[in-house]
Amino acid sequence: MAVYAIEVPDQRLPATTFEDLALPLFDQLYNFARWLTHDTTEAEDLVQETYTKALRGFSSFQAGTNFRAWMYRILRNSFLSSRTGLKNTVVFEEEEQEPAKDTSTPESLLIEQANREIVQQALAELPVHFREIILLCEVEEMSYQEIADTLAIPAGTVMSRLSRARKALRSVLREKLQGGRHGV
Amino acid sequence: MACDAWREKLDAYLDGELASSEASELSVHLRTCARCSGDALERVLLKRSVAAAGKRYEASSELRAKVAKSIGAKTHREVSRSSGWIWKLLVIPAMLVVILSIGVNLYVSRESARRLRVYGELADLHVATLASSTPVDVVSTDRHTVKPWFEGKIPFTFNLPELQGTDFTLVGGRVTYIAQTPGAQLIYRIRKHEISVFIFQDRDADMVKPSSGANHAFSFTMENWAQNGLRYFVVGDISTDDIQALSKLLRGAG
Repeated sequence: MAVYAIEVPDQRLPATTFEDLALPLFDQLYNFARWLTHDTTEAEDLVQETYTKALRGFSSFQAGTNFRAWMYRILRNSFLSSRTGLKNTVVFEEEEQEPAKDTSTPESLLIEQANREIVQQALAELPVHFREIILLCEVEEMSYQEIADTLAIPAGTVMSRLSRARKALRSVLREKLQGGRHGV
Repeated sequence: MACDAWREKLDAYLDGELASSEASELSVHLRTCARCSGDALERVLLKRSVAAAGKRYEASSELRAKVAKSIGAKTHREVSRSSGWIWKLLVIPAMLVVILSIGVNLYVSRESARRLRVYGELADLHVATLASSTPVDVVSTDRHTVKPWFEGKIPFTFNLPELQGTDFTLVGGRVTYIAQTPGAQLIYRIRKHEISVFIFQDRDADMVKPSSGANHAFSFTMENWAQNGLRYFVVGDISTDDIQALSKLLRGAG
């Protein structure tokens, strides 16, 4: 396996390393873009736009900061300024700062019965600001700090928004599972 | 602390974001409280379901090719454009600089190639170990078991840090080789990510000695330093902060 080392220590990264850093993120970024847009063409445009903007702004990327969070942030900002994204801006702005007190038990959601498709439907139904934070945490396994960097929000807000997002997800799942059982 | 207060912290605990002291307290609580542990289990199941369900979409190979081409083409265009400028402005001085610095460049590129090779080999060793069905030959979370296991197998000894109160756990170790030099490879874990710590003797002339500090190789983060005649390399697909935290612990023990 050929692995090329890219040194990042003191200076800004040379332009030739952009490809090595950015291309490994391609699949994840596309998956994330599809979840945001719900549309193949829009997602493809979004990913291309992200790479173009990132390459253009690469000289301003600060070495030592998180490259992955930087790429996701570019993608997300591009999405927010797109037509689909603009529709979601109103929801984004209603950010509550107080900690979410989600002490409710998931009430035997029988998650093991919630097959992949139902979870995907539930995720798709969430408002985009809940969907994205759940995906960054669970699928991308980002730390709270990385999520904060990506979403440009304080680390404390990550925890409260994540808590609300999970609560909303459980609620949608619960409806779907109960609806499914009643329907049988 | 009451159950309600603990449950507020459950998500952060399961995300690996709770401070280690609180995490230890919560884990003790979970062992004794059926209600909270049931709650935690459901949250874990949900996390797993979402992680699996979230990996849903795959891009077409056409898009991948298009993106790769676009950034490759732009990178080359930028390089050629900037070379053109320099050439026009500095044609004669540049030639002189090229001639005078040729010896230096040769040396630098040789050193750079050596560095690339050692990072590449370490990344390969790390990946190959994790892919192996038996990643470690001595399986133990106890440093007092792992360290003595290496006695007689490698021509040096080393100290391992106490991990209590940290997010790191020791998984085990194995003997490894780089540039025909035997060394120790230790596997640590943090939040489901494995980290390799390689320790070699620093005196071997053939052993490549990259400059100390943090580096990135593809998605891997690496830290290396020399201490007490040994060279340590820490390799993992985790953040620079985590790599540096583990490196600090190792430095403290060494």
